[in-house]
Amino acid sequence: MPDELNKPEYNIPPELEGTVAITTLDRIYNWGRRYSVWPMFFGLACCAIEMIATAGARFDLARFGMEIMRPSPRQCDLMIVSGTVTKKMIPQVVRLYNQMPEPKYVLSMGACACGGGPFKRGYNVIAGVDKYIPVDVYVPGCPPTPQALLYGLIKIQEKIDKESVKEVRWYQKEEDPGIPVPILGPDLIDLRDFPELLERVTQKEDQA
Amino acid sequence: MKGFGIIKGLGVTLKHIYDTYAEDFKTGRKRYYNEAGVRMRMTPDTKGIFTVNYPEERLPVAENFRFVPFLVYEEEEGEKVPRCTACGICSKVCPTQCIWITRAEDPETGKPLKTPAEFYIDIDLCMNCGFCAEYCPFDAIKMDHDYELASYDRMQNNIYDKERLLKPASYYAEIRPLHYAREKQAKAEEAAKKAARRRPRE
Amino acid sequence: MNEEIKVLETYEQAVLERFPDWVRVDEREGYQGLLVESANLLPLMSDLRDELGYDLLTSLTGVDYLPEEKMEVVYHLFRSTGGAILEIKVQIPRSNPVVPSLVGLYPGAAFQEREAWDLLGIKFEGHPHLKRILMWEGFSGHPLRKDWQEVFYGDEKKPYEDRWPKGKTKKIEADNPYQENIAYPEGFNPETWIPEPAEFLFKGSIPLEQEEEFDTEKLVVNLGPQHPSTHGVFRMVATLDGETVVDLEPVMGYLHRNHEKIGEKNTFAMNMPYTDRLDYFCSMSNNFGYALAVEKLLGEKYHPPERAQYIRVIMAELTRVLNHFMAIGFFLNDLGAYFTPALYTIKERELILDIFEAVAGSRMMCNYFRFGGVVRDLPQGMEEHIREMAYERLPRQIDELDRYLVENEIVVSRGQGVGVLTPEQAIGLSAAGPVLRASGVPYDIRRADPYSIYDRFDFDVAVRYHGDVYDRFLIRFDEIRQSIRILQQAIDSIPQGEVLANKPAYKFKMPVGEAYGRVEGPKGELGFYVVSDGTDNPWRYHVRAPSFINLTGLRQMCLGEKVADLVAILGSIDIVLGEVDR
Repeated sequence: MPDELNKPEYNIPPELEGTVAITTLDRIYNWGRRYSVWPMFFGLACCAIEMIATAGARFDLARFGMEIMRPSPRQCDLMIVSGTVTKKMIPQVVRLYNQMPEPKYVLSMGACACGGGPFKRGYNVIAGVDKYIPVDVYVPGCPPTPQALLYGLIKIQEKIDKESVKEVRWYQKEEDPGIPVPILGPDLIDLRDFPELLERVTQKEDQA
Repeated sequence: MKGFGIIKGLGVTLKHIYDTYAEDFKTGRKRYYNEAGVRMRMTPDTKGIFTVNYPEERLPVAENFRFVPFLVYEEEEGEKVPRCTACGICSKVCPTQCIWITRAEDPETGKPLKTPAEFYIDIDLCMNCGFCAEYCPFDAIKMDHDYELASYDRMQNNIYDKERLLKPASYYAEIRPLHYAREKQAKAEEAAKKAARRRPRE
Repeated sequence: MNEEIKVLETYEQAVLERFPDWVRVDEREGYQGLLVESANLLPLMSDLRDELGYDLLTSLTGVDYLPEEKMEVVYHLFRSTGGAILEIKVQIPRSNPVVPSLVGLYPGAAFQEREAWDLLGIKFEGHPHLKRILMWEGFSGHPLRKDWQEVFYGDEKKPYEDRWPKGKTKKIEADNPYQENIAYPEGFNPETWIPEPAEFLFKGSIPLEQEEEFDTEKLVVNLGPQHPSTHGVFRMVATLDGETVVDLEPVMGYLHRNHEKIGEKNTFAMNMPYTDRLDYFCSMSNNFGYALAVEKLLGEKYHPPERAQYIRVIMAELTRVLNHFMAIGFFLNDLGAYFTPALYTIKERELILDIFEAVAGSRMMCNYFRFGGVVRDLPQGMEEHIREMAYERLPRQIDELDRYLVENEIVVSRGQGVGVLTPEQAIGLSAAGPVLRASGVPYDIRRADPYSIYDRFDFDVAVRYHGDVYDRFLIRFDEIRQSIRILQQAIDSIPQGEVLANKPAYKFKMPVGEAYGRVEGPKGELGFYVVSDGTDNPWRYHVRAPSFINLTGLRQMCLGEKVADLVAILGSIDIVLGEVDR
């Protein structure tokens, strides 16, 4: 039995040491989840190559229980947004996020996914994927080296460790409505901003 | 014969599996969890297990390796004196324009001083190109080797201010010993030249 | 034979003599090539292709000369037998930019014309399906026009004024009233606006024949943009008749990150790290092409010293080895050999990346080349290391990979005879690099139009003759072997000396003019077309991306194949989306 499960250290009689472990529900729940985080096989740009290198022999994602990269969002727990998110791509990114089952985590990898990066001023670039989907861990760098990504993944594990069954959002009563998928119009239309957009148009008309 | 190609190919994978155990058997314990072992796995004739067990082992980075920039300061009488003179070259050459500098001003006369009052780098924009370090005439801004920067909140953490960017010259000497020595030598030569120029006048 | 050489030397005169009424020499300072009226373009081009042998239209782009109220379409032509460039230009009024389409003569112009329409708003009359390619249909405006500005619009040019000495520490979103990088056109009403119907995408570039015949069986299958074997965010819309592909429409632009618009705001030096992010496997080759183009502009003073030339060649060839290793690994992934071959090739890539990290400072984004040389010399012991790689490791590993994969019956039976591109089709479709050479056209820029010091090395142009998936797979082995030969010669004869022709500088005195620099990148001809107006920032900066133009042939390769082969065919072209979409 791994030692990390055994904290809070209750006094176990010496004759039972090694056979019995006492732990909390949260700890064993999180322990099980942290070593089976399956990332989505989802590459956007340059950082995706470093993500693949991380899965390669030298850095070996499998040591963290993450070797199975699933191309289908239905089977994964972690979305590694690896690269520049463009306006043309964001509807798909949001849709993939909505399709992932809970519990789900998002790691934004690289400067572009965090905040637009070198391409921030581009007309087709989203300045940070967190404008649309909630991000758990940001890994800066352009591109982050595989070890930097692994450090970010360890951060995800640490985050999982701190969660509690009672409070996690996927056991709450309210149903998660999902994030509305943006539409490609003359420019990107974020449906959450739709009322504001409408207001702007009517204001303009009033002025005219 | 049909299927011979596949069998031949499988032989290659089999050899890889064999190599894994043969190498471990040959070198034993000293292959893992020490720096010499990691270096052994980086040479062109490496065989067997190739994995570097981060975070217990770390792949040594090359001296030229660059991640986000940092500012070098010299320790003078317990105070941090940045080498930076707020000349603004780094903010001009930066391809993503992720550097903002406010030049310090003399509080009485309002004249610009040769030191930055504020110095910000937005690492959400930084593309780690190294131009700032390359073109800095005062060796004041350098590229860091620390890549473990992941955080839970980018709004709080990813704009680095002067406090966070400042690192001592000793740290610079530690991560880039060759560069540091070369720069020190160049400076000494410069100083000697200046001294030589001054002497005849006296 | 003699006559042939004479024509090659005076190609412009030859064209001038032939068509004295149609063409005139571009006499602007710093410019070259020939100007032609748009009415005479089609007959001129067809004659150039059929009579003078300029069968390879490699690059087609537009330039917006806003002050002169003109648009210019620039064509770069080559002969597939080798030789120097022929540049043809058409000038048209900016208010009504219409030129005849060349798709009938050179099918390879199809995507490039669509790109010019998308980004510059130049209409190509007679194009079978002129629609947007990088942005989505319905997007307002043509972004590369000089009077079109993005919403995150700071100063017109970099460096921005507000960074120093009074630095402002705000996020640029604050500049934008709507907090997002979004702008809607005047009069846009979201309530009455109707989105484009989805079928718009499914219409192939050429309408289906006998459409009613398989009305009941036709099935449209989307592969991508999130698909494990499209090498990124690429999308193929395949129309199927049973299992057979009857039409295919590549959809791209999901990674269009405005490289050219940003490049025109940058200074010349700032663009160097941006080129790293084009084809992110081969940043060294990208640096090489851009450095060559700008050095052409800057003139003789920026001719790199000998040692720098050797370092450049070594780095470019290492990049080619790395890229082809990865191409082989991913191709096997696409065939279904889940990850084992890729694991072996990633291992070799890691060892080459160690060299790049030690030399340039970064694993992927090297940013190593400067105008007039390279940024720094090789670190101590690196020559020995590279020699060991070139003589020992790489030949051994490529032989092992050869034993491992080449005779594998599954690879053979899935590759042979699939996705065939004949030499004529390949040339017509402006294919480049391994795709062109696997079809039996021995066209390698390192031989056909040598740059840098490639004329000093002894190597063969790899060529295969069947033009199918298997040959495109094999040619990568051949090219790795040839690259290793070049590496061995280069590392043996590298001289000592300076690595930068001038003092390190970030500002250059740019003469007015244009330049087209091209290298044989691992994926094909990588060209940079740069127009300078004498300021610090380029007026026009265009990338001739090999992956993008090689995709023009994808439909041709896939027609009549089974749907399961689509992925193999795409894998054999070896695209990188950073370069396709830019």
